[in-house]
Amino acid sequence: MLPDGWRTGNPVDTPDCSLHVLAHLHTIQRINKACWPHPDLAPNQACTATLSQGKTMADSRPDPDALLARAQAAETHPRRGRLKIFFGMCAGVGKTYAMLQEARERCAAGADLVVGYIETHKRPDTDALKEGLEELPPRWIEYRGVRLRELDLDAVLARRPGLALVDELAHTNAEGLRHAKRYQDVLELLDAGIDVYTTVNVQHIESLNDVVAQITGVPVRETIPDSIIERADEIELVDIPPDDLLQRLREGKVYVADQVQRAAEKFFRRENLVALRELALRETAARVGKQVRVERAGRGETRPWATAERILVCVGPSPLSARVIRIARRMAAAVHAEWLAVSVEPPGQSELAAAQVRRNLKLAEQLGGEPTVISGDRVVDEILAYAVRHNVTKIVIGKTALPRWREWLRGSIVDELIRRSGEIDVHVVKGEPEDIVAVRTRGERRHANWREYAAATAAVGLCVILATLAHPYLPAANHTMIFLAGMVFVATRYSAGPSVLASVLAALSFNFLFTEPYYTFVIYDPSLFITFIALLITGLVVSGLAQRVRRQAESIRTRYHRTFALYFMSRQLAAAASIEALAKVAAKHVADVFQGDTVILGPDSTGRLGVLAVSGPFAAEPTNERTAAQWVFEHGQWAGWSTDTLPASQAIYLPLVASGKALGVLALRPRRPEPPLEPDQRHMLETFATQLAIAMERAAFASQAEAARREVETEHVRSSLLSCVSHDLRTPLAAIAGAASTLVDEPAQLTTEARRELAQSIAEEAGRLNQLVGKLLDMTRLEAAGFRLQRDWYPLDELVGAALTRLNSILQPRRVITDIPEDLPLIHVDGPLIEQVLANLLENAARYTPRQSTVTVAASAVASGVLVEVIDEGPGLQPGTEKAVFRRFVRIRPAADRSGTGLGLAICEAVVRLHGGQIGTENRREGGARFWFTLPVPATAPAGLSAAGQSAPSDQDFRAPTPEATK
Amino acid sequence: MTRTPACVLIVEDELPIRRFLRPAVEAAGWRLIEAETAQRALLEASQSGPDVIILDLGLPDFDGIEVVRRVREWSSVPIIILSARGQEQDKILALDAGADDYVQKPFNVGELIARIRVALRHAASQSQPSANPTIVAGDITIDLHRRVVTKGGQEVHLTPLEYKLLTTLTRHAGMVMTHRQLLREVWGPGHAEDSTYLRMFVRQLRLKLESNPTQPKHLQTEVGVGYRFVTE
Repeated sequence: MLPDGWRTGNPVDTPDCSLHVLAHLHTIQRINKACWPHPDLAPNQACTATLSQGKTMADSRPDPDALLARAQAAETHPRRGRLKIFFGMCAGVGKTYAMLQEARERCAAGADLVVGYIETHKRPDTDALKEGLEELPPRWIEYRGVRLRELDLDAVLARRPGLALVDELAHTNAEGLRHAKRYQDVLELLDAGIDVYTTVNVQHIESLNDVVAQITGVPVRETIPDSIIERADEIELVDIPPDDLLQRLREGKVYVADQVQRAAEKFFRRENLVALRELALRETAARVGKQVRVERAGRGETRPWATAERILVCVGPSPLSARVIRIARRMAAAVHAEWLAVSVEPPGQSELAAAQVRRNLKLAEQLGGEPTVISGDRVVDEILAYAVRHNVTKIVIGKTALPRWREWLRGSIVDELIRRSGEIDVHVVKGEPEDIVAVRTRGERRHANWREYAAATAAVGLCVILATLAHPYLPAANHTMIFLAGMVFVATRYSAGPSVLASVLAALSFNFLFTEPYYTFVIYDPSLFITFIALLITGLVVSGLAQRVRRQAESIRTRYHRTFALYFMSRQLAAAASIEALAKVAAKHVADVFQGDTVILGPDSTGRLGVLAVSGPFAAEPTNERTAAQWVFEHGQWAGWSTDTLPASQAIYLPLVASGKALGVLALRPRRPEPPLEPDQRHMLETFATQLAIAMERAAFASQAEAARREVETEHVRSSLLSCVSHDLRTPLAAIAGAASTLVDEPAQLTTEARRELAQSIAEEAGRLNQLVGKLLDMTRLEAAGFRLQRDWYPLDELVGAALTRLNSILQPRRVITDIPEDLPLIHVDGPLIEQVLANLLENAARYTPRQSTVTVAASAVASGVLVEVIDEGPGLQPGTEKAVFRRFVRIRPAADRSGTGLGLAICEAVVRLHGGQIGTENRREGGARFWFTLPVPATAPAGLSAAGQSAPSDQDFRAPTPEATK
Repeated sequence: MTRTPACVLIVEDELPIRRFLRPAVEAAGWRLIEAETAQRALLEASQSGPDVIILDLGLPDFDGIEVVRRVREWSSVPIIILSARGQEQDKILALDAGADDYVQKPFNVGELIARIRVALRHAASQSQPSANPTIVAGDITIDLHRRVVTKGGQEVHLTPLEYKLLTTLTRHAGMVMTHRQLLREVWGPGHAEDSTYLRMFVRQLRLKLESNPTQPKHLQTEVGVGYRFVTE
C-alpha cells in the first residue's frame, strides 16, 4: 500500500522523544517534542529560525555553517512568528478541540491571543471551549449568491496579537480575498511577527496527496506545499484510534457536510482510517527525527549518520512524471538527501510538452527539489553529465510508456541509462496515470488556413502544366522529379496539412495524366506503385523536417528577441544615471516586450509609493491597484494578475529587489488579460525586474557616494571658511579697533601726522574688510540652490571696459593694453558676473605685479567660443599650483600686500563653470602669468546682431529717424 | 555764489553714518536736514523743500523705494540712493522708481559729495535752461543748437538715433540711466526690453567718440544696470 521509498523512513528512535497519553474526553495521543524549545521561549531563538529554513534542515551540515546560518536567520527575521500545527489523520479527530484547549492554557498564562478563524461546526463542547477567548469577527464574502465566512486577515494584522488561532490551514479562500489559499494568509501573519496555531489533516500535504488518493480512492484538491509543514516550529499530532473515530461518526459528533455524505462514507472506512493514521504517525515521527538532528547539529554533536546522498529525478512532459517526482521526494526525505529534478529539453520541443515539463518542475520545486532544464539532443548523455557534475548518487526515472516497437526501434532511454550509469544507482519507477488536468496552451499547433491549401493545390497545378509541356520531350518517369520539386517547395513553406494534400494531389495527377492507361487512376506497372509511395513518404518526411526546422527557428527567434531586449535594456540602463531615468528606460522596454502598460513605482521618504515612470495609459491609480502595489512593496512578493495573491487586479506587480531590499514595484497591465503569463514569461519579467533593481541600487549607491563626497567637500569649505572668518576678518577688525581706540583715548598726545596715519589705516582696513565680505557674498550667492544666470547678449569690450573703469585706481599706474577684435561675436552671458570675473583677474594681476608693468586683456574667437586672456608681467605662479589657485581660500603666489581674500579666483572658476566654459592659468615663457577662460557662444545670435561691429544695427530697425535729422 | 546754501535731506536710520556725513556735508557748504524714518523723510521732503535727498533703502518703517515713489508723485527733486544692497536688480528697481543716482555702502565720502554736486547742478540746469547749449566732455563737444558733434575738432557723423541717445545721456550727465529709461526715452515705450540693441548703439557711439573704446572715459557702463555719461 505504501511505496518502498516511504517504508525506509526513519523510525522514532530518538531518546529525547516521548510519547505520553493525555487524559481527555477522547483518548488523544500526543507526540510531543520534549527536546524542542518550550513554546514560551522567545521567537527569535536560533533553533526556531533554523527550522523555518527548510533547506538548512534538509542538509544539516557541520557546525560553523549551520551555526552561521542559524544566526543569520535569526538576524534577518528577528520577529518572525512561530507556527504550531495541530496535525491529524482526518476530520473528526479533535484537532480544533486540542488547539482551543491549548489556547485556553496559554490565555490563562497571560498570552495575548485572538481567535482569527475557528470552525466549531456547532459542536457544543468545542463551542464551550471558545467561550471567553477574544474572537475577531470573520469577513463575509458574497460569492455567487452565497455568503462565505472567511478569515479577516487585515483585521488580525491590525490587531497584532501575540498569537492567532486560524483553523483549517488547507482551506481555499473565496475569490476576492488577497490570497488564493489560507496558508498564504498564515504565512503573512507569521511574517508580521504573529504566532499562529492552525490545524491540518494528513491528506492535505502535497507530497502525500497521491498516496492518500490511492488509499482512499477520494481525490483531495485542497493541498498545502510541504514547505509550510517544514516551516512549522511545532507539530502536535492529535490522534484517536479508528474505532473510536467511527464510533464518534456514528454518534454524529463528526461534522460531514450533506453534499459529500456519500464520499464521506467511502472515506471513513476502517481500513482507510488505519492507513491514514499510519501515514500521519509516520509523518510526525519523521519530522521529530529531523528536529532532533537539527538540534544536535546546533549543539555541536557529531551527526548521527552522514549521508552524502543526492538524488536526481528525470522529469519529462508526461503526466506520469508527477508520480515519479513524488516518489523521488519521499526517497530523498527518507535518507535526508538533497534532490534535483532535471528535464532534458530536446531542440524543437513542442509548446505543449514544454508547458507540461514546466508544470512538473514546478511541482518538484514545491516539494523541495531543485529544478533544472538542460537543452540537448542526447537525453542520456545530458542526464549522466549533469549527475556526475552534481555528485548525484541515485537517479530516479519513470518507466517509459512507449509501445514495444518504438522502444525497439529507437532504443529505450531507461535501458541506456542503466547500461551507462556506472557508479550511480538507477531506480526505475513504474508510472501510473494521475488525476492531472493537462494544460492546453494556446496556438501550440499552427493551423494551416485555406490560403495554404490553395497555394499547395496551385503548386501541384503548376507542376502538372510543366509536366504537360515537358511530356513530349521527356520520359514519363522524369515527371516525378517535377512533382517532387513542387512538393518539396510546398513542404518547406507550409505546414503538414497542405504538404499531405500536395503529396496526394501530385501522386494522383501523375497517375491520372502521365501513366498508362492515361486518364484513369488504374496502375499497370507495379514499379510505378512504388514511385507513388515514395512520393508520398518523401512529401511527409520533408514536411516534418521543415516543420521542425521552422519550430526551432521560431524558438530561437523568440529567445533571441528576448535576449536582445534584455541586452538592449541593460545597455540603456547602464547609460542612465538617475533613478527616474532608469525607471523610464525599464518601463519602455517592459511595455515593448510584454505588450502592456507599465508603471514603475518608487517609495518616497515616508515609504509610500509614487510613480517614477509610466509607459502607456495605466497609472495604477485606482485605490485597490495602489493597495496591491503597496502590499507587494512591503512584502517583497509578487501579486496581482496571473498570481495567487490579489488575482483580481488589473496588473501584475513585482517587487524590485536588490540586496534583499525592495526598492520599488514594477506593474505590468497586459493589453489582454487572457491568457495568463506563462512561467517562462514570468521568468523573463523577473529578469527584467532584477536588472532594473540592480541598476536602481547602483544609482542609489552612486548618489549616496556623491552626497558623501559633497558632504566632505562642504565640510572642507566650512572649515576653510571658519579659519578665513576667524583670521581674515579679525585681522582688519583688530587694526580698525586699535587705531580708532587710540584716536578716542589719547587725542592729546597724538600729532596731526600720527592721527592722519591712524585714520588712514582705519580706512584701508575697512576697505579690505569690505572686499572680503563682498567676495564671500558673491560666492554664497553663486552656490545658493536655485541660483540662475541672467543671460543676455553682450559685446565683450563693454564688459572689459566696465571692469577696467572699476579697477582704474587699483591698476594705476600700470599700463593696460586691450586687444579685442572688433568683429568678435557677441557673448550670451550674465554680464555682471563676467565683469566680476574680469575684475577679479585684473585685480589679481595688479596685486602680484610691479607698478611699472603692463597688463594685457586680449580676446579672440576660437572653435569653442570666445577666449579671453589676462596677461601680466609679474613673477608668475609657482610650478604645480596652476589648478590649486582656483580653489577657495588658497593664496599661493607671494602677495605683494596681504590684501587678497583667496576667493577671487574661486569666484572666477565658479562663474565660468556656470557658463559652461573653462578657466586656467599658466606661466608664460617670456615671464609673468597668463590667466585665460573660454565662453561658449551659442549658434543662434540675435537677428541682425550676429557679427558685432561689422554690420552695425541700422536705425531702420527701430523707429523712423526723427524729423529734425542730423547735421 | 550768492544763492542761499543748498539744502540736503539725509534719510538714514544708522547714527554712525549720519555722524560722519554731517561734518562732510557742512564742510561742502550745504545745509543739512536729517530724518531717521520714512515717515519723517516724507514730512521733511514736503515741508523743508530740500534741493537733494540722500536716501537709505533699509528704513525701519517702510522701504526706501516707497519713499522714492511717493516723492516722485509731486516733486522732481534729485534723489541719491545710499544703500548696502549691491545687486543690480536693487539698483535698477530704485532708479526705475525715480531715483537719480545710486551709491553703494560702504562708500567714499568724497565720492558721495561729488555725486551730490552733480545732482544739484543737474537740477539747476533743468529748472533754468542753459544759455550755452554746448556740452564739452574732454575733446568732445556737442553743439545742441546746430546738432553737431565734434571730437578733437573733427566733426563726427552720427545717425539720428545715435545722436538722440547721446543727448539723452548728456542731459543726465554724471548720473546713471537704466536701460529701460534710455530705451523708453530714445526708442519709445515699446522697446523697453531691447537692451541688446541699446548695447550695440552705445558700442557704436564709443567707437565714434572714445579714443580707446575698450577703456571708455565718457560713456561708462554700469554693468547690468545702465550707462552714465561722464564729462570730465
